Amino acid sequence: MSEIRRRDPRREWIARNRLHPEHASVLAALDGIEGGGATSEWLGPSGVIRKNPRAVGFIGPSGIKRIDRSGLQSGSQPTVSAMAVSGDSRRAVNIAEPAFLVAVVPDLIGGRLSAHDKDMLGLARRLADVDVGRPGAVVAILFCEHKEEALGEVGIDKVLHFNEAIYAGFAPEVRLAALTTVERELAPRYWLFPDSPLGGADLGRRLALRLNERPATGVWQIEADNEALLGWRCTARGAAGSLDIQRPLPRFVLALAECAEPVDETRHAAERLSIAGVTPTTLSRIEDLGQVAVDPAGVALAEAEFILSGGNGVKNWDAFHHAAKVLGATEGASRVAVDDGFMTRDRQVGATGTWVTARVYLAVGISGAIQHLQGIQRCDKVVAINLDPGCDMIKRADLAVIGDSAEILAALVGMVEQRRGGQRDAA
Amino acid sequence: MQPEQQGLEVAVLVSVGRHPITGRARRAEQDARGVELALTLASELPGTRINVLHAGQQDINSEVALRGYLGMGLNSLTLLEQPEGSDAIAALAAYLTKALPPLVLTGTRAECGEGSGLLPYALAERLGWPLVNGLAAVETIENGVVTLLQALPRGQRRRLKVRLPAIVSVDEAGPVARQSAFGPARRAKFIVTSAIHEPDRELTQWHLAPARKRPKRLKIVKAASARDRFKAAASKAGGKSGQVLSDVTPEQGAVAILKLLEEEDVLR
Ligand SMILES: Cc1cc2nc3c(=O)[nH]c(=O)nc-3n(C[C@H](O)[C@H](O)[C@H](O)COP(=O)(O)OP(=O)(O)OC[C@H]3O[C@@H](n4cnc5c(N)ncnc54)[C@H](O)[C@@H]3O)c2cc1C
Repeated sequence: MSEIRRRDPRREWIARNRLHPEHASVLAALDGIEGGGATSEWLGPSGVIRKNPRAVGFIGPSGIKRIDRSGLQSGSQPTVSAMAVSGDSRRAVNIAEPAFLVAVVPDLIGGRLSAHDKDMLGLARRLADVDVGRPGAVVAILFCEHKEEALGEVGIDKVLHFNEAIYAGFAPEVRLAALTTVERELAPRYWLFPDSPLGGADLGRRLALRLNERPATGVWQIEADNEALLGWRCTARGAAGSLDIQRPLPRFVLALAECAEPVDETRHAAERLSIAGVTPTTLSRIEDLGQVAVDPAGVALAEAEFILSGGNGVKNWDAFHHAAKVLGATEGASRVAVDDGFMTRDRQVGATGTWVTARVYLAVGISGAIQHLQGIQRCDKVVAINLDPGCDMIKRADLAVIGDSAEILAALVGMVEQRRGGQRDAA
Repeated sequence: MQPEQQGLEVAVLVSVGRHPITGRARRAEQDARGVELALTLASELPGTRINVLHAGQQDINSEVALRGYLGMGLNSLTLLEQPEGSDAIAALAAYLTKALPPLVLTGTRAECGEGSGLLPYALAERLGWPLVNGLAAVETIENGVVTLLQALPRGQRRRLKVRLPAIVSVDEAGPVARQSAFGPARRAKFIVTSAIHEPDRELTQWHLAPARKRPKRLKIVKAASARDRFKAAASKAGGKSGQVLSDVTPEQGAVAILKLLEEEDVLR
């Protein structure tokens, strides 16, 4: 390009004159010359940068124009796309030739990676990425069906999926057989399990002892240590949580929740892997007869998986109790319902009641006072039925239905009964 | 093995516990639940013999703790005597291979020492017996097969059939242990036998310290600009709201709720 800037004073003048009939078209033309987003800034006649404040900014929530000077937003570009870009900023990582493998066996409770599983995968990444030049690969070994789609986003490079029916339920012996084959075929440098009862805590100990190694249990921290054999030192809880044991990190690690930060900056390949030589044996001395129906009313509120909770908006309590029975839910209540004598004190959810951990919390006619919301902080999915679309419970809920609680509950009970009836006929 | 009619022999492995606040020796919580289970079993199946086993050294502290189990209604306790710091697994495995009790009950993890919860697994591996953890109740024992309930998280139960001989571990889901009575505890006997001892060399090389409080996880905000950081700090946690259905008939609302319940798989 030539060094001489050719200026058109007339056009510049029009560009500065907001009231000129050709203002818009000239601005657009200038934009074309100077490149994208330049209408808000151009070189003035005396070589000074001129800015057009009317071309930048966006209309804020209260209808007032706001200008964001953080540099995120330039020109008249809408904020939405800037947000979308920043939300999708994970760096893609593909480890073609891993130096070693780190095997992780997540619990996959209900087919989903739990927070504990994600922390484990974060720990696995720390172990795999010590040497930036020669990174290791994280192999996740999954049993049974799962509902996770973005396996790469939690830091998994390779996925080994055992999907046969024999691995379902409580099948430690067949799972152990599969894992010993993995050890033989892939020989990972580390094995990581979540130290959670009935999940990794059980399987991890079985595998470690089958392979005649002493695992570290209850690990909550690892640090680099050059004197240790594998280059790491770990701190583990011992003696019912009253001791901290520092030791070199062994090959088998059973770690507690929050042992590391979950992966959130990279996206890994999560490519499928299959190994030969897994012969599923059906010979097992433990037979799983399936889950037993337990009375949901007998389950402690703090442990219950599915809670139907009623508040001041429930008028027909007999129908509420019936609904809880049909849905198979444990009953909970807000303080008002308890104070009014409709529910017992041990059913109160909230700051002065029980802090619940349900996977699904169905709140019927509860306004969502802060004392109540505190008690349901750790619930996964909250469903609200309420007449008032502006109440705080609706803001917290993943699904909210605006309407009369009695009618909606009755319809829900009808559908569930119908579904159960249909199943019984088919069976 | 003895014929079924004569009842079966249950071995309960017990350890010396530690009170979480005072640090005094006491009967261990989970092991006491195991003894409780065995005692319930004995009252249901007449002729059941309970053999309570402990491997460790004999001193005043451990005797007080072990008498805590005896006071639950036992006549004797077998003590496999070892010096302090030796590996209990070898001694117990040697004893069990000789005695061959069909059912072994243990706690899930000890309250002193490493407390790694490896003992039941190590024994199962050495003896080649099946192992089940998280026992809640024993339902029946017939023809060398025990039917039991395993505790799952969230108060759920699973029924399992296990071929004997087997090792079953008990955790907090087991039945609450009964009171220990002082008189019977004084009168009961210790049967002391000396056992092989291998010192646990690895454990002596580790650094043990009272547990530190774990750091609380911080909410890390990774934002490029000050404005984003401010927004993240000022906004309510989890402020994203979900789907709101207004102006729907009760049926439509119920369909949406039912769909979510089915997706989450909470309807049984
Ligand atoms: C120190 C302190 C501690 C507390 N601790 C707790 C605690 O631990 N737990 C607790 O729950 N509370 C606690 N509270 C009380 C709390 O502040 C609220 O008063 C209480 O949670 C409100 O209960 P509610 O939502 O059931 O009733 P309300 O606030 O009266 O809400 C009723 C809701 O039902 C809706 N509704 C009415 N009719 C219908 C209908 N037909 N169909 C559908 N919806 C309908 C209304 O729109 C409204 O949103 C505490 C208060 C204090 C001061």
